[in-house]
Amino acid sequence: MADLTTNFLGISSPNPFWLASAPPTDKEYNVRRAFDAGWGGVVWKTLGAEGPPVVNVNGPRYGVIYGADRRVLGINNIELITDRPLETNLEEMARVKADYPDRALIASIMVPCDEASWKAILPRVAETGCDGIELNFGCPHGMSERGMGAAVGQVPEYIEMVTRWCKQYYDKPVIVKLTPNITDIRYPARAAKNGGADAVSLINTISSITSVNLDDFSPEPSIDGKGSHGGYCGPAVKPIAMNMVAEIARDPETHGLPISGIGGVTTWRDAAEFISLGCGNVQVCTAAMTYGFKIVEEMKRGLSEWMDQKGYASIDDFKGRAVPNVTDWQYLNLNYITKARIDQEACIKCGRCYAACEDTSHQAIWMHEGRVFEVNDAECVACNLCIDVCPVENCITMERLAPGTIDPRTGREVPAEYGNWTQHPNNPMAKAAE
Amino acid sequence: MTSPLTPGLAAGRLDTETLARNFDDLHAPYDAHEARVAADRCYFCHDAPCTIACPTEIDIPLFIRQIATGQPEAAGRTIFEQNILGGICARVCPTETLCEEACVRMTAEEKPVEIGRLQRYATDSVMARQDHPFARAAETGKRIAVVGAGPAGLSCAHRLAMKGHSVDLFDAKPKPGGLNEYGIATYKATNGFAGREVDWLMQIGGITLHTGKALGTDLSLDTLTAEYDAVFLGMGLGAVNALTCDGNDREGVADAVDFIAELRQASDLTTLPIGRNVVVIGGGMTAVDAAVQAKLLGAQNVTLAYRRSRARMGASEYEQDLAASKGVTILTNVVPVAIHGNGAVREIELEYTVEDGGTLQGTGETVRLPADQIFRAIGQTLVAPQGPELERGKIKVTETGRTSMEGVWAGGDCTPGEDLTVVAVAEGRDAAEDIHAALMR
Ligand SMILES: Cc1cc2nc3c(=O)[nH]c(=O)nc-3n(C[C@H](O)[C@H](O)[C@H](O)COP(=O)(O)OP(=O)(O)OC[C@H]3O[C@@H](n4cnc5c(N)ncnc54)[C@H](O)[C@@H]3O)c2cc1C
Ligand SMILES: Cc1cc2nc3c(=O)[nH]c(=O)nc-3n(C[C@H](O)[C@H](O)[C@H](O)COP(=O)(O)O)c2cc1C
Ligand code: SF4
Repeated sequence: MADLTTNFLGISSPNPFWLASAPPTDKEYNVRRAFDAGWGGVVWKTLGAEGPPVVNVNGPRYGVIYGADRRVLGINNIELITDRPLETNLEEMARVKADYPDRALIASIMVPCDEASWKAILPRVAETGCDGIELNFGCPHGMSERGMGAAVGQVPEYIEMVTRWCKQYYDKPVIVKLTPNITDIRYPARAAKNGGADAVSLINTISSITSVNLDDFSPEPSIDGKGSHGGYCGPAVKPIAMNMVAEIARDPETHGLPISGIGGVTTWRDAAEFISLGCGNVQVCTAAMTYGFKIVEEMKRGLSEWMDQKGYASIDDFKGRAVPNVTDWQYLNLNYITKARIDQEACIKCGRCYAACEDTSHQAIWMHEGRVFEVNDAECVACNLCIDVCPVENCITMERLAPGTIDPRTGREVPAEYGNWTQHPNNPMAKAAE
Repeated sequence: MTSPLTPGLAAGRLDTETLARNFDDLHAPYDAHEARVAADRCYFCHDAPCTIACPTEIDIPLFIRQIATGQPEAAGRTIFEQNILGGICARVCPTETLCEEACVRMTAEEKPVEIGRLQRYATDSVMARQDHPFARAAETGKRIAVVGAGPAGLSCAHRLAMKGHSVDLFDAKPKPGGLNEYGIATYKATNGFAGREVDWLMQIGGITLHTGKALGTDLSLDTLTAEYDAVFLGMGLGAVNALTCDGNDREGVADAVDFIAELRQASDLTTLPIGRNVVVIGGGMTAVDAAVQAKLLGAQNVTLAYRRSRARMGASEYEQDLAASKGVTILTNVVPVAIHGNGAVREIELEYTVEDGGTLQGTGETVRLPADQIFRAIGQTLVAPQGPELERGKIKVTETGRTSMEGVWAGGDCTPGEDLTVVAVAEGRDAAEDIHAALMR
């Protein structure tokens, strides 16, 4: 059995699956049950400053995007930070941490963007004995209108400033949670690092409108006929999250900065992918909200099973393995030439590849008598669309043309050596290969 | 109290509730969620094989996608544009040999998209309101006589009326619907569906129904052609093939189609007598329907006796399995040689056969089965009208239904081709289009 133990910023947890700061972690009752169900760590629902707690809407706060059979693909929310008193949360955190010393417990914090507010809350959080803090610079709705959350996360200077205060007034690890509602994720990540952050976590939710009610023309979730943009999360956001993680992992300025991966983690495979892109652990919200705490069991068993199959004894054995393979387009090998191949035995003759290629791609699939589909190598640019739309796995595959053969599309010989855009004759800026 | 074991012919072998359950929908209708899940399985194939396999060429991927996107009524309309009797077709079509057989998911996993049930969901959602989806074009002043208010005649009449023509629809029977009303198995068209469908269809306007009017006795083709701009013949097959064996006229021997018609029209199934031991002779859809329904009425033993091998049976494998699952015994390679009894039938004597290069030969060996009731289901034939030329016993027609007589079209079972509801609908529709084109030229 592979060892799933993770050591993230010196914080040990029995597995890399943490519950992200959200409704599942809003009170002692849930967090105890989450730990009993096997979660490795918990980031407590974001705490606000002392005083009257925030209020939430009293109508629906979630919208949803469904796949087939009402499978939840994405959820958005207009929920704010915890609406329970600070004192209550702190007392509960202290009790939980005392009873679950082997689990990670992180306090998520969002207070106004001034030094006094942070200086006031940090010692009180420290008293709970929690293992670290996460700065919520991500929430895209409600709190951002008050100058917090994403309003801070979108200004790198603020991130750096607040992070610095936290490092000054708190002595355990500081994780900065980033908002994806920004054009280049590297800037906030660099700012966090410059401010002294021990790690970044990402992504928080994406500003979104999930749907519009076509009877009363209100966005959903509808509050008395009106809606506000909410934060999008769940399986649908995973590709966006992974790209942002990879950007930070391969940026020379932030390379090596620990990352906690968040966004659409639903199965063990999602976790393995995030970790391979450099994450030290993952955080989960929508999957738990959709299926309950028990879902972690599949994640743990699945990750362990895969690691055993691959011969990885610990998380560190594959952590970051995909990072060197994420590159810029200009360095992709243009001499890697493939053609689509349709397995006639596996083909069920639906013709989706044909419709896709004929109508929207490169007119490279022939439809012969009897619904026999065949790729015309002279037209196929290897775009992959036919494979993407084929309902039968492995029915269509890509076959690499061997070096020395002629590509029927271009009439040119396939070069044996690597060649990219920077060296390409069509590139006015091309440098000759060395 | 009678029971399945009561000897001879007896009514009320099963109680009312059991009978109601037995004759209820063979396939329960989908609810909205089931329909969407089922619809989601459709791949939206290019040049979809299912559509090609449908005699009325319904745009199946389109209507299924309309269900998937939450618009079952729009889906229904897509169906009705091609097949105005899409409701009954959804219930009676042997989809296993038509659209669903062609579904690529058959190749993939032998589980087709359930097109028939989806079609029922879509058409029901339109018909639930008994609101008609089409409007009639401006009156053309042309008058057309349609003979036979079965699927072929109804489909033809509707299309003609929609185009603005006036239609007089004649049927010999007291009720319209043809075999939808009198022939289709009860559990395929429950709750008076055939009648409701006709009422719904007639809402197009411009169709005047005349029941109890038979061509040959009450009407003549010559008068019709003289009085109308065009005539369409959709009279189906009015006669049955004769069984030639000893004792054929004994009490208890009847035509399966008559038994089914009586069953379909019965208001109380507990009053319908059925034998303890029933033998149905034949191997087609009618034979299976008669056998299954005899069993469902409470007969103890029902045997379907077919002269050739199982593979040669007209009933599809699905229908054969249905019969078997209801407890019907299928006996193949047997022909009736004598029906024994003293007035009423008591036994049937069957001779085993072998097929020798297509020709059937008796082996000389016989078997006797107890029988209180015997149904003949060995095929129906045309009662040919005076006038149009015939081809192998049916009215000869061109691709668009033109007969050899000027101004006379025909379609459905009375013309060559497969005897299926959906085929009749397609032929009626196509003839209407051709009549329209001819009259408006
Ligand atoms: C028992 C049985 C079960 C069947 N089950 C199925 C099934 O499950 N699925 C399927 O697809 N098909 C089934 N069929 C076949 C299907 O019913 C026919 O193919 C279809 O009804 C043909 O339609 P039609 O309009 O040509 O003829 P019909 O439905 O026979 O209608 C002809 C109409 O013309 C009328 N008529 C006849 N003669 C005259 C006359 N001289 N003057 C005026 N009116 C006249 C009749 O009263 C009748 O109303 C079944 C057939 C039978 C007998
Ligand atoms: C393969 C591909 C190539 C695209 N290329 C371009 C492009 O060159 N210019 C552009 O403005 N948008 C491009 N787009 C974006 C589309 O125009 C469109 O904005 C986007 O796909 C979102 O719409 P959709 O997902 O509803 O199809 C491309 C999209 C795809 C899938
Ligand atoms: S890879 Fe692209 S271009 Fe080639 S056959 Fe497939 S869809 Fe067409």
